[in-house]
Amino acid sequence: MRLGPQPRELIDRSQRVLFTFDGRAAGGYTGDTIGSALYASGQRVFSRSFKYHRPRGLLCCSGHCPNCLMTVDSVPNVRVCVEPIRAGAVVEPQNVWGSLDRDALAVTDKIGGPFTPVGFYYRTMIRPRFMWPLYEKVLRNLAGLGKVDERHHGHSRYDVEHRRARVLVVGGGQSGRAAALAAATRGPGVVLVDEGMRLRGAELEGVEVLAPARALGIWEGGLVPVDAGGVLYRFRAERIVVATGALEQPLVFPGNDLVGVMLPDGVRRLIRDFAIRPASRAVVLASDDDALEVADELREAGVAVPRVVDLRTAPLGRIEAKGRRGRVSAAVLDGRAVECDLVVASAGRQPSYSLLAQAGARVEYEPSRGIFVPAELPAGFEALGAVTGEGCATVHPLRSSGARNGDKSFVCVCEDVTTKDVDRAIAEGFDSIELSKRYTTVTMGPCQGKLCQLASIRLYARTTGVSEATVGTTTARPPWAPVELGLLAGPHHEPARRSSIHFRHEEAGATIQWAGPWKRPYAYGEHPEDEVRAVHESLGVIDVSTLGKILVEGPQAVELLERLYPNRFGDMKPGRIRYGVITSDGGRIMDDGTIARLADDLFYVTTTSTGADAVTAWFEWWNAVWGYDAEIVNVTGALAAVNLAGPRAREALSRLVDDPDDVAGDAFRYLDAKELDVAGVPCLALRIGFVGELGYELHFASPAGEHLWDRLVAEGAWPFGLEPQRVLRLEKAHIIVGQDTDSESNLLSAGMSWLPKLEKDDFVGKLAVEHVARREEVERLVGFTMEEDVVPAEGAQVVIEGRPGGRVTSARRSEAVGAVIGLAWLPPERCEDGTRFEIRVDRRTVGARVRHGAFYDASGARMRA
Amino acid sequence: MSFLLPCPHCGPRPVDEYACFGEVTTRPAGESPSLRDLTEYVYFRDNVAGVQREWWQHRDGCGEWFLAERDTRTNEVLSISEPEPAPPV
Repeated sequence: MRLGPQPRELIDRSQRVLFTFDGRAAGGYTGDTIGSALYASGQRVFSRSFKYHRPRGLLCCSGHCPNCLMTVDSVPNVRVCVEPIRAGAVVEPQNVWGSLDRDALAVTDKIGGPFTPVGFYYRTMIRPRFMWPLYEKVLRNLAGLGKVDERHHGHSRYDVEHRRARVLVVGGGQSGRAAALAAATRGPGVVLVDEGMRLRGAELEGVEVLAPARALGIWEGGLVPVDAGGVLYRFRAERIVVATGALEQPLVFPGNDLVGVMLPDGVRRLIRDFAIRPASRAVVLASDDDALEVADELREAGVAVPRVVDLRTAPLGRIEAKGRRGRVSAAVLDGRAVECDLVVASAGRQPSYSLLAQAGARVEYEPSRGIFVPAELPAGFEALGAVTGEGCATVHPLRSSGARNGDKSFVCVCEDVTTKDVDRAIAEGFDSIELSKRYTTVTMGPCQGKLCQLASIRLYARTTGVSEATVGTTTARPPWAPVELGLLAGPHHEPARRSSIHFRHEEAGATIQWAGPWKRPYAYGEHPEDEVRAVHESLGVIDVSTLGKILVEGPQAVELLERLYPNRFGDMKPGRIRYGVITSDGGRIMDDGTIARLADDLFYVTTTSTGADAVTAWFEWWNAVWGYDAEIVNVTGALAAVNLAGPRAREALSRLVDDPDDVAGDAFRYLDAKELDVAGVPCLALRIGFVGELGYELHFASPAGEHLWDRLVAEGAWPFGLEPQRVLRLEKAHIIVGQDTDSESNLLSAGMSWLPKLEKDDFVGKLAVEHVARREEVERLVGFTMEEDVVPAEGAQVVIEGRPGGRVTSARRSEAVGAVIGLAWLPPERCEDGTRFEIRVDRRTVGARVRHGAFYDASGARMRA
Repeated sequence: MSFLLPCPHCGPRPVDEYACFGEVTTRPAGESPSLRDLTEYVYFRDNVAGVQREWWQHRDGCGEWFLAERDTRTNEVLSISEPEPAPPV
């Protein structure tokens, strides 16, 4: 089927490339597309249509139409006519039961009847409602395109790159190349994007050529994403030149979708680029000179051309294509049949204006030439060549009067919409092109209107008796070219933060889990209670590097913090620590942590593990409002931190510091902050008690993480994870912001009425606290113990006299307390110490009693020891 | 949204580098405002179809907080400015 060497052919006949098609061996040459290789080997049917399962063959051969969609290496809906051939590729037809040539579902084309006219599913599948899921399943199988292979992971990676250009030229035809070269003489930064194969590897002086690559559309702000195969370039350009040319429009006539009805450019590509003799007998129905030239090229390629019609000068009253088994066997022109196996038919060229319309250009109809042209380009845009309408015109669409007996006339091959469907939609009252589009789905298929918009508008105009200008176009929206979802989703990776000690946890066999953006140890063994016991009875150590750490420094650092927090800090001596809570002006509890005063004008603030970035931004924002003389620096990543806790903590620490007296009871009291060298590592040591035992939180430079961890473990400290920490803090009734509190919680209801200093002139949230104090209390957060040994789920319902009355936010079994303990929101009148209430656990209710204060070591003697 | 927003430090950058903190609000001044005024300040926004003053932060860039006047209908940014700090109390 291949011709002798053609002057501009793209194939390299010395390099054979093998792949498989539908389970059989297939081959072509380097430079072929999968589509051209298949065509050269005799394949004519490339797909089955969306609704009727009619056989379809190559139509545009330019990557515009849906006729050659196949699944290539598990990627569905690949346009094989422009997909470069590659060795070993696995190519499969789609939307087929059986084979392309014998598709069992083609019966839908024959029975037709009630199941196929436009909108049938809106009408026939309304009742009964419970059948909807089944209807959907059946329809999805009958109609449609390729299927996503869920086990397949596609490309190994997709990248996104932000790019800038001085001039971005879209379209590498004559005008586009000339514009790019001219722009390049005036300076660098010129990029040319072209979707075809011909410019691949081409060199234009001073121009960066991206080909094959597709400009997907023009988004707000002139953003042009370019699909360059595996990488998405997000282009911004000072000037965007659109030279996207024109699109050949199919003629609408009965049988216009038969295999062997092609657009002239497609035929020309087969001959010129791939040296293929496309058929043996061809009829050419031309609407412009280009199409007439194709007749000559066909003859040169050895194809008999018994009939050439120039529709501009010799319009035909009636055209019909007759077929056998879905393939063209004759063209019937005004009643005279001409035998052929190829009908080259075109209604002319329509400017490919979509990108300009997306950018904001107006689109006008030109009745004399029968085309829509872009007008009034937005600033920064330029249109060149055929896209402006240069050399474009279309003939009036043909409609067969005898369509009743003839084959279907397709307006839209993507969605299988016929002229009859459009007529029906108009008859049913869909009286604007936008409504008709939504009802018939014309222009909504894979070609996105490239080959059907003009035809549908003109058909609509003719049927309703108005002008095309009145009908207007439908809104042009990106994307203009098909794009893999993976490319839009970007690189496939989930960023995780790990502390500098993380790999020690993995080595120790810890179970790792997500905690906000961090990966953290849940526990080190099967029994988190063992880790809890170690902290209570001896010594434990936990990696708390994930805590947010913020330095606030400056002459007005105190003023800033006093206004950000409900607490007081002015009265704190350097070397002391205070617990603080951040609230919004609405009174919501946003975050909590400790604030250590390191010097008169320097504070070290810790936040929750997930709050670091938000709290930093919050601090900076308020300081932008107030303008205090204070600097805010987030040092979360720079510092590691561990909490050494348990009755033996002081003894262990004293062995690791130069002078044991530095950590003696009265030299380093509860809530003291102190600089210490621990195992040779300079640390900021904070004596705090989140887990309820004597404890030291050591903050130090991240790189020393493993060293210090190892030394602490060597001193007998048991590593403990998040789960034991949650048990330990619950035993102390310490809240976790976001778990025990929500957007409705405030300082008073969360039991922290001691915290806000209302005598201060101002702090964020003060007004809200004042209002809450005057209002009737709605609910309160309190501790409880269960009467039975069952652990209610977090979020479990509190039941009071048979009715919902609150909810559980935390619950754990505590060995040290000897009961299941938790925190819950209760009505204020039910919050007396010892009050009984019930909690729904599984399908029954279990009794619980309110318990005030800490469950464990209520006096705090152990952590103050 | 894919427009460019100029940062006072870094110049025009894609909007996805920024965090928008919403329209500029006026915090009730003086002694205890009414619940109505407080609620209005905390929860109500004008949400204009037109030019609006907003807080922006160049979150994935230099971190700067600044004010922008933006037309919410077109996303045209008319001006940007550094905040003028209110006099500290």
